[in-house]
Amino acid sequence: MKLPTNLHSLTAPLVALGLVVAAVLPGVGSTIKKADTASEGKCGEVSIAVNNWVGYEADAFVVGEVAAKRLGCIVNYVYVDEQISWQGFASGQVDAVLENWGHPELIDLYVKKLKVAQDAGSIGITGQIGWYVPPWMKKKYPDITNWKSLNKYSKLFKTSESGGKGQLLDGDPGFVTNDEALVTNLKLNYKVVFAGSEAALIQAFRSGEERKKPVLGYFYSPQWFLAEVPLVKVSLPKYKTGCDAKPAKVNCDYPDYPLHKIVSNQFADSNSTGYRLIRNFTWSDKDQNLVAKYITADGMSPEKASDKWIKANPDKVDAWLR
Amino acid sequence: MTTLTREPATQKEPVEAASTPARSGPRVPRGAMVAGVLAVWVVLSIVFQGKATLAIGGADQIGVQNWLGDRANDLAVAGDNFFISITSGIADVLDAVIQWFQLLISTPAFPSPYPHIGFLGVLAVAWLFTAWVAGWRMSVLTAVCFALFALLGFYESSMDLLIVTLVSVGLSIAIGLPLAIWMAHSGRARAVLTPILDVMQTLPSFAYLLPLMLLFGIGAPAAVICTLIYSLPPLMRIASHGLRNLSATAMEATDSMGQTPWQRLVKVELPMAKRTIIVGINQTTMAALSMATIAAFINGPGLGQPVVRALNALRVGDAFVPGLCIVLMAIMLDRVTTAASEHGEKLQRGQARDMAARRSALLMGGAAVAVVCVYLSRHYTFAAKPWQSSMGDKLSSGVQTVIDWISTNWAGTTASIANGFTSAVINKLQYVLAGSPWYITGLAILAIALIVGGWRAGVATVICLAGLRWLELWNNAMITLTATLVAAVVVMVLAAVFGVWMGRSRQADRVIRPLLDAGQTLPPFVYLIPVLALFGPTRFTAIVAAVAYAAPAAIKIVADGIKAVSSATVEAAESAGALTIQIITKVQIPMARSAFTVATNQGLLYVLAMVVIGGLVGAGALGYDVVAGFKQLDTRGRGLAAGFSIVLLGVMLDRITTYAARRGEARSS
Repeated sequence: MKLPTNLHSLTAPLVALGLVVAAVLPGVGSTIKKADTASEGKCGEVSIAVNNWVGYEADAFVVGEVAAKRLGCIVNYVYVDEQISWQGFASGQVDAVLENWGHPELIDLYVKKLKVAQDAGSIGITGQIGWYVPPWMKKKYPDITNWKSLNKYSKLFKTSESGGKGQLLDGDPGFVTNDEALVTNLKLNYKVVFAGSEAALIQAFRSGEERKKPVLGYFYSPQWFLAEVPLVKVSLPKYKTGCDAKPAKVNCDYPDYPLHKIVSNQFADSNSTGYRLIRNFTWSDKDQNLVAKYITADGMSPEKASDKWIKANPDKVDAWLR
Repeated sequence: MTTLTREPATQKEPVEAASTPARSGPRVPRGAMVAGVLAVWVVLSIVFQGKATLAIGGADQIGVQNWLGDRANDLAVAGDNFFISITSGIADVLDAVIQWFQLLISTPAFPSPYPHIGFLGVLAVAWLFTAWVAGWRMSVLTAVCFALFALLGFYESSMDLLIVTLVSVGLSIAIGLPLAIWMAHSGRARAVLTPILDVMQTLPSFAYLLPLMLLFGIGAPAAVICTLIYSLPPLMRIASHGLRNLSATAMEATDSMGQTPWQRLVKVELPMAKRTIIVGINQTTMAALSMATIAAFINGPGLGQPVVRALNALRVGDAFVPGLCIVLMAIMLDRVTTAASEHGEKLQRGQARDMAARRSALLMGGAAVAVVCVYLSRHYTFAAKPWQSSMGDKLSSGVQTVIDWISTNWAGTTASIANGFTSAVINKLQYVLAGSPWYITGLAILAIALIVGGWRAGVATVICLAGLRWLELWNNAMITLTATLVAAVVVMVLAAVFGVWMGRSRQADRVIRPLLDAGQTLPPFVYLIPVLALFGPTRFTAIVAAVAYAAPAAIKIVADGIKAVSSATVEAAESAGALTIQIITKVQIPMARSAFTVATNQGLLYVLAMVVIGGLVGAGALGYDVVAGFKQLDTRGRGLAAGFSIVLLGVMLDRITTYAARRGEARSS
């Protein structure tokens, strides 16, 4: 056998060998603290979908922090839009959606047809969707909160984007909305323009109130911002069961949404401590708004905001762990 | 970042009859003919305003869109057919590979709170690897970048992005190189694959996020596939071009020695084309990185996630720091791959023996350091934990303060600028393009295509317009076309001003070029937030974002074109007493004409690539349709139709400008 004549050809294999040795060598006086492996068997991994409004973020991180710190779960936060989260039930990347707003079409597909997910109970909050104006407008135009007078005021809401009509500002294209159909079916002289996100809606309403600029927009409660600027809701024709059955024919107000949790069947079947925590999780809109305010107005990270709330509410947390 | 990396035009196709001077009789100049068409169009748009515009309701889904939507929904419910089981198998493999890498260097390997190889170990191995393939100078760059990822507070996300990028690039090479070789050797393969590559690069990624999500689930596997679709074409185009243009004499010489085709490929062609292939890999890497933020919409791991989250919260400071990390990663990967190709050649060119020995000794020394670091990082917190600093937080809040100040103090002014521009320019153009009956707009576009581009452009235009009509989003397509044209004109004005300046002044070039490079790698989402704060959710905002995205590339192309004008010609004009302005307008710009046409073509395509991002910030039309189709179950079909409509617009604009450029060149030569 011929020996390599220069070191050069030996470099790569020697380096690789060295790295492998370094990787398998046991450590003496190791300082890395390992987690308690005993808790792993009980919880394991929990993947929580995080949808893009801050109230949801509050749900997700409070549950996530309790799961991680009290139950020793490995928590994955999956940042995706609400409808896309459901696809995660099918492919196994999402275990739980913590705040579902209606979505009968998704329940049809993923719960009834595909049989990959199931209801996991209420979170104790009822959600409402509607059209809102900043408070100064209600004072100046008292009848503006009735949908029938909206056409009278449509000129006020004209913008560069509304093509000569009034502008109705919507949020993220992924949010639950019937607004396009409502404008058509109620014969309103308005055009729906998408602001793109919850934060953009808040910004529009905030500057609308500060500078007395007319804004008509899609909004919802619970929402921490309503405490900062008490937006006034416009009343739409009363909701009756079935009036929103066909998306293109909707001509009535949004229903009340009892917000509830959805989990994947696989996760429910595991009956892990993480699943039981999510099953038991319920709080109030005040709690949610408080955490949401910590995150947005006070600029705290969602983890820190949740920890602060968890520390202040031990009895509520203990009740979820029972 | 590269939208369409076209291979340089090598073989000029025969120029059409239109430019042959043999035709007799007085000819109407083309400019006047276009003006005539525009005048007739404007008059007709006023007469027939608002009739047969084919506008459909915001949430309606009609005709072929329903069919497309049903197909997408079929995918969602097709639990166990053969095709789905293949894709989910692929997804499982990709998931396993990526998780393995993540546990190795980025995410905690339970029960340890750190990955198998902690921060210091990863840093040392990256440093050593770069030193080995690209030299010591580059290794310092790599080490600094890795340290900054940690110090800025995004070490884990940075490693995730690196993993996704490298896995995608690895797959691109494994799939793309054989296909590129095939394309280089077979004209038929080229004819089949080139249009597919065109579509892969112009189809907005949001349009295929949805089907990918249904096939591969959400998360890393779908992110890799979506990155792969976008990053594969540059490598295939550039590598096949490189392989096709090797010196014929070298081929003949080696063929005469009786080599087999396989020997010829492996021993002659691939080594000779190595340099070009590495350029292709470099371009592919950059394209892969630019998908980071888009992949975050389907939960792709990496730096895109904090950027997208910051967009949702409208916090530009929070987006800036991870955006900066993406730029650093791009600079690092770009410089290292480029240096690696040069370094390899330098070593091959036979250095002195003792030099090689010294290099080996140094590398062995480095390896010893790396081995120690890996060992330490596996067992000691101080080495496993990424370095920390408050740098990232400070930078973030600093940027946020500046932007807050600007938006509170300037918002009134900026809003009125936006409104003024919208009503004076955008709305007027949209009135004509989208407000006319569809057949009038269609005929007008066709007439202009025929005048400037000849019958080939005409044929392409007819096909594309028919496709747009069929997809039932005509009105939205015309609104999008309006915004695209406005943005492209602004891009060309900027390209002319800055390109000429940079082409004439070396100093200006030295200052501006790095800014343009950074602008091209910074994810658009980062500057979208301040633009949004200043101008609100409007078409104007989308146009500003598109200009910011497209201008750097166009400026660089023009600058290079101006620089290439022979200095002898410029000196001759100077000695003849021409003023600077005369030299620019009469000598340099006309002589750099082809650079301007290439810049126009690329500018249009880059602008079009931003249409969907514009849909996220109020541009409406096709961009919004694509985004809504991705996010809402009911409008999936419409979203897919909008995606294809954007492709058709892109192909149409590309063909018209390309054929117009060819005629222009043929005439001036």
